[in-house]
Amino acid sequence: MTGKEYRTITDVKGPLVFLNKTEPVAFGEIVTLRLSNGTIKNGQVLDTSDDLVIVQVFEGTSKIDRESGVTFMGDVFKLPVSTDLVGRILDGAGRPRDGGPEIVAEEKADIIGAAINPYSRQSPNDFIQTGVSAIDLCTSLVRGQKLPIFSASGLPHNDIALQIARQAKLKDSDEEFVVVFCAMGITAEEYNFFRSDLERTGALENAVLFVNLADDPAVERIITPRLALTAAEYLAFEKDYHVLVIYTDMTNYCDALRQIGAAREEVPGRRGYPGYMYTDLAMLYERAGIIKNKKGSITQFPILTMPGDDITHPIPDLSGYITEGQIVISRELHQQGIYPPINVLPSLSRLMGSCIGEKTTREDHKSVSDQMYAAYAQGRELRGLVAIVGEDALNERDKQLLDFSGVFEDKFLRQTRDEDRSIEETLDLCWNLMSAIDTKYLVRLDQKWIDKYHPENKA
Amino acid sequence: MSNEGVIYRISGPVVTATGMKAAMYDVVRVGEEGLMGEVIELHGDKSVIQVYEDTSGIRPGEPVLNTQETLSVSLGPGLLTQIYDGIQRPLPTLEEEMGVFITRGVDADAFDLEKIWTFEPQVAVGDSVVGGQVIGHVQETETIVHKIMVPPTASGVVKSIESGDFNVTQTVCVLENGTEMQMMQKWPVRTPRPFQQKYAPETPLITGMRILDFLFPLAKGGAAGIPGPFGSGKTVTQQSLAKYSDAQLVVYIGCGERGNEMTEVLDEFPHLIDPNTGKPLMERTVMIANTSNMPVAAREASVYTGITIAEYFRDMGYDVALMADSTSRWAEAMREISSRLEEMPGEEGYPAYLSSRIAEFYERAGRVETLNGDDGSVTVIGAVSPPGGDISEPVSQGTLRIVKVFWGLDAGLARQRHFPAINWLNSYSLYPQSLDQWFRDNIAQDFPEIRTQISGLLQIESELQEIVQLVGSDALPVDQQLTLEVARMIREFFLQQNGFHDVDAYCDIHLQYQMAKAILSFQDAAKSAMAGGALLNDVVNVPARSDLMRGRFEKGYIDVIDGMVKKMTDEIADTVEEN
Repeated sequence: MTGKEYRTITDVKGPLVFLNKTEPVAFGEIVTLRLSNGTIKNGQVLDTSDDLVIVQVFEGTSKIDRESGVTFMGDVFKLPVSTDLVGRILDGAGRPRDGGPEIVAEEKADIIGAAINPYSRQSPNDFIQTGVSAIDLCTSLVRGQKLPIFSASGLPHNDIALQIARQAKLKDSDEEFVVVFCAMGITAEEYNFFRSDLERTGALENAVLFVNLADDPAVERIITPRLALTAAEYLAFEKDYHVLVIYTDMTNYCDALRQIGAAREEVPGRRGYPGYMYTDLAMLYERAGIIKNKKGSITQFPILTMPGDDITHPIPDLSGYITEGQIVISRELHQQGIYPPINVLPSLSRLMGSCIGEKTTREDHKSVSDQMYAAYAQGRELRGLVAIVGEDALNERDKQLLDFSGVFEDKFLRQTRDEDRSIEETLDLCWNLMSAIDTKYLVRLDQKWIDKYHPENKA
Repeated sequence: MSNEGVIYRISGPVVTATGMKAAMYDVVRVGEEGLMGEVIELHGDKSVIQVYEDTSGIRPGEPVLNTQETLSVSLGPGLLTQIYDGIQRPLPTLEEEMGVFITRGVDADAFDLEKIWTFEPQVAVGDSVVGGQVIGHVQETETIVHKIMVPPTASGVVKSIESGDFNVTQTVCVLENGTEMQMMQKWPVRTPRPFQQKYAPETPLITGMRILDFLFPLAKGGAAGIPGPFGSGKTVTQQSLAKYSDAQLVVYIGCGERGNEMTEVLDEFPHLIDPNTGKPLMERTVMIANTSNMPVAAREASVYTGITIAEYFRDMGYDVALMADSTSRWAEAMREISSRLEEMPGEEGYPAYLSSRIAEFYERAGRVETLNGDDGSVTVIGAVSPPGGDISEPVSQGTLRIVKVFWGLDAGLARQRHFPAINWLNSYSLYPQSLDQWFRDNIAQDFPEIRTQISGLLQIESELQEIVQLVGSDALPVDQQLTLEVARMIREFFLQQNGFHDVDAYCDIHLQYQMAKAILSFQDAAKSAMAGGALLNDVVNVPARSDLMRGRFEKGYIDVIDGMVKKMTDEIADTVEEN
């Protein structure tokens, strides 16, 4: 069937092209469109029947007319993969963007990707040290995890993502990650920021970039993360790399999904997003993990900006139901000038329990983490009370906790953009800060750790 | 028209075929690869099919074959310890056949058809048997006897019956009317298995979780809903129930959830010991895992596959508990299919039949008199994942209308690291009335009264907390400050339970009662001491009280708790003299 060109377009609507009188076309098949001015566009079959074929065009439908030629390529969308990908910059549809040669394929991989059999997965339990205290202590990242950053416009999520990409390593190991970076609808400025930072630190040589910018076609964003993950899977499960996938911004991806849904006149779900968005997002996020008897791993770090700082918005909400926790960036902390402005209270790492402790981080990690969290939570709550009744009305314990919450933000959270704290440094810092609180109020600390690590006893 | 048609249209998991004779819910084979699908709509000459596998690359014009069967599960020895996908294909077999990624076009038997089981007959030649009657026993695992039953639709006089070693497809019994019976039978998943009658539930499902058993008990044969936003501990609660509840069999459905979580269950369960029998938990468990990125139509089917297996074991006279995590993903699968069918949507894009499907599913729970006169039950516990944690959405509402127990998970509690994060103020159980007699007879005569006192204290606390928010706790009179202390003890000592702690994760129901009594003893002792002039601060800080509270993390607590309570009340009494 390949090669036959049809000129039977009946309708063009948003990113979709409708045509009829074709021979049988496969669902998901790749399509090339040749415009009358010679431009070539690519698309994919969304719906196929004897009478009507619906094609989603990745590069936008501008200049497509009824005379445009449509050719079905007889195959589903595949990405040429090889280890040459590492160090390259590609556009949102997988074409070189760095002026370099085409990728010579070792093999071609279906970009939709298949689900990993849950029986074949291996439970993730290798602690990744990010060097960021708030993350390492409270929402420890595990190799094979998918841990998104829930941020909002105007917050420094990009700096945090880059810092993690730079510093992330297994404890006591120099083994580095290959970073697969996937940009969806970000501005050229943001992209340059990422790129120059990766270049500056030399990380670019160890990275693959897939870039769809804000002025690139929106529909292309649907395939960009799939290309990135296909490359990641190849590197991780065929070539034994440990891959860290950063994608930004998931919100733009979801908006593109909504755009296609609207053009197909689908029944919308919440806020106009399609009803299948959960499944669609799962097909990206669930491509993280470790497989039994394979050396590599895929760790995902999606960034999404919450519209209106609203965590119940469908995009963060559905993401939270799929990912294994979240790191929440706080505008309030950012405005206080604290970097990284991570609000540990709503942040969570579901896999943390399996990766911390004596064998991997330090024996007192859980205990310290619980205590720091509890003391900070109580201190924050007291701030509300103090606003009403004044500080004098507090008892001794509450005063100490209130003071602690300020110290927590100023000394524990705050660190510079290139400060790489080891987990021991983070834990020791915690003990120092907690020593300002009377030991009898530190009820979540095990006595044996107090005896061993409390500065009073250490001295 | 014949059984064979051709594909007319493909739109995601929905395929339309023409020229095929079909009835609703017939199972069909789609395309050259023979992908499994099910007819879900008939429209003139067209049959609309939901396909359980990925449809990329399939073209119009490819053949569709109607098998004339409905979607069925295989039932027989070998079910236990299995892990299936949504249409009962064992995941280990799929790994052998297709590697670590789930591709398509592979059929797999639900269990090993060649494995030899020892069949012990329970009827003799000449006996007349009816549907559901047990004709033989197979010791399937150490704890579970698999009872081989006459299929519900068959009956007659036994002409011959075997004894000894057979595989599941060999005939073990023949009736005079020519019916041949094997150890394996099939049952269509969308049809509830028949029984004689439903009873009112009278026995609680003891879960070992204090807040559930004590405050909001669930009956064996009842249905419960657990709604909660992400991160509030739905999955941990469901897994605790699967581990510790005193059901004889557990069917665990991971419906559209995380792959790593299922792996965790798979890693963990074989090493866990059932506290009720002392045997590995896996031996009483059947698991169904259709993760969020596996085909959506198979996710829709997975809850039916699970509940049919549960009913089958119920018919043997067992108490079965079924956990579905999460029913919201099942509902979303229905929504997705419905939207592909271009059906007129109801609320939030869900199909108009959503609430009736939910109701039909939960109605398959129940305590019944089985066809063979035995007593069995299926208890259903469904997690719900409301968007944004707002339970006014259709799935939560459809669930709450039908279930009698509501365990509401609360993001605020989870954030305070109060686990299980079940909100004691808005959760409810409608079973206490029917279960109280059991609690009186088996635990303590005053069990219901103690429960009322405990929940009453929590109510008062929530009212007092509103005042404390405004003026601080020091402004309250001392008796109310004591009430706050007692309520804090209920929350921290009784309601909080560490699901990952070796000892605390499971709390015996007798011990639960004793712990509740201990709290009330503290209250009484404190009241009388304070009436005698003791200070609240002294009363609260007696060392024996914190010993009592910490004791729950030690083994053998139930043997020493009485002594610890005595010591505490003595010390509290002593605080009067100090002043």
